[in-house]
Amino acid sequence: MSTVQHPVIEAMGVARQQVPDLHRSSWEPRALRNSLLTTGAWVAAILASVPLFSVLYMLIMRGGSRLTWEALVDLPPAGFEMGGGFGNAIVGTVVMVGLAALIAVPTGIVGAVSLAELGPRSKLAEAVRFAAKTLTGLPSILAGVFAYASVVLLTGTYSAPAGALALSVLMLPTVILTAEEAMKMVPRITKDAAYGMGCTRSQVIWKVVLPTALPGILTGVMLAVARAAGETAPLLFTALFSSYWLIDGVRIKLMQPTASLAVLIYNFSGMPFENQIELAWAASLVLVILVLFINVLSRLIGRRRV
Amino acid sequence: MTTIATTNGRMTGMKDVVIDCHLKQVFYGQFLAVRDSDVPIEKGKITGFIGPSGCGKSTVLRSLNRMNDLIQGFRFEGHVHFHGQDVYARDVDPVVLRRYIGMVFQQPNPFQMSIFDNVAFGLKLNRYRGHVADRVEQALTRAALWDEVKDKLKNNGLSLSGGQQQRLCIARAIATEPSVLLMDEPCSALDPIATRRVEELMVQLKQKYTIAIVTHNMQQAMRVADTTAFFSVEMSKGGRTGYLVEMGPTQQVFENPQEKLTKDYISGQFS
Repeated sequence: MSTVQHPVIEAMGVARQQVPDLHRSSWEPRALRNSLLTTGAWVAAILASVPLFSVLYMLIMRGGSRLTWEALVDLPPAGFEMGGGFGNAIVGTVVMVGLAALIAVPTGIVGAVSLAELGPRSKLAEAVRFAAKTLTGLPSILAGVFAYASVVLLTGTYSAPAGALALSVLMLPTVILTAEEAMKMVPRITKDAAYGMGCTRSQVIWKVVLPTALPGILTGVMLAVARAAGETAPLLFTALFSSYWLIDGVRIKLMQPTASLAVLIYNFSGMPFENQIELAWAASLVLVILVLFINVLSRLIGRRRV
Repeated sequence: MTTIATTNGRMTGMKDVVIDCHLKQVFYGQFLAVRDSDVPIEKGKITGFIGPSGCGKSTVLRSLNRMNDLIQGFRFEGHVHFHGQDVYARDVDPVVLRRYIGMVFQQPNPFQMSIFDNVAFGLKLNRYRGHVADRVEQALTRAALWDEVKDKLKNNGLSLSGGQQQRLCIARAIATEPSVLLMDEPCSALDPIATRRVEELMVQLKQKYTIAIVTHNMQQAMRVADTTAFFSVEMSKGGRTGYLVEMGPTQQVFENPQEKLTKDYISGQFS
């Protein structure tokens, strides 16, 4: 009746006469392979998340019962003492990671600016990029050796700044590389708009490139912070450990051995006392929650666009 | 080609020319991109640049406010006089120049910030001391966008539609009251309705600003341009080199072109 033929039906020619069978046949090889591969992908995905959830489960089971207010605010117990907590280790971790971020974040972002904007293909940039990529794979204990040699030996004491320096060495490459990547994602046309408005190069970077790249940069910073918070090895012979508060009355005494959650877990888990082992579990739970929290935060910041 | 010089000579002698471009050669590295093009931009008028792809019309436009300086290997030989000063003179700061010669690009490119901040950007850049909100409203009104965005000035500029984004970019460019506005194919990413709005806007804006526009669309040039410059491209040693074929009042260029190349291009015949 109609003179206009549907192109697809026209092409199919033979099928024009009868209605094609569109029902799903699950035993056809094509469909079978499809469901097999889909199932395989799901199984692999679940397997990949087993370690995280089993660790979380164990930590909640073993450490959850000890996670009391007392544990969060008290000092670590001595040998046969009962009770106690790891308040000073929480403070120590926060202070050292904070100091490390103060060192690594500005250095890393300014370094990334030079890599992404000033001379992306210069010899120096290539060298710095190579160094940063190598540093990401640096065994964390070597960062500790570096801080030991450059701060502990020099000042004659284990201290929070020494630990912070070791952690900042670990944070720096992550910050540089993610910040550079985020700045490279800023479209050429956006920068052109800024130049077209009469911006100098530094105005383009400060007023347009950095604000546009900010979510990406913050994601990198958060990931670096999360990694640093969980590190033990770099702190072992830089910050060491302490059973006392970092803050003495109103004064913060940085130049002394400093407790951290990671080292507390390492120390207490090897002790023959039930009380300490329980505290190590509780501290692990706190550390995992802290890292998880930072990771979720970085996800939220990274997603916040437009 | 000989007619170029005579046509231009007459025009510069008679009319009020804001930007007088005498382009001898433009290179990207070793590649000669454009040669021998004298393009006077008259005050208070819309000058349209047309021609096939690769004919150098965008290069010429972007040479006027030294945007091409950002491209590595760019070299300009010739003069561009803006209010009597050569913008390629050694002591001219291209950053300052661009504050007088604003630009609107092919792709709408608002900044990742609020609508208000986008328009206020240039004012803050120039440390404008007056009432910023008034100037923002004025610019948005002139860009025919105010009514659509007045209730959501805090929203991100990128949340607008493509046509609105382009008008936002125009508002951003005119907020600082530049004397010339360069538009590099401003409608090529827009649909016909948004295109029509931007075209109406250009015609309104020419009372205050001088406009130079590159367009691929000959109908657009006919609709908005007072003067039309036709560029063409020919094979040369380094590759394809563009040059100005003919420039004159739009009606003349389209109805009675002096050059065969122009006639062929406009009637859709290519050799």
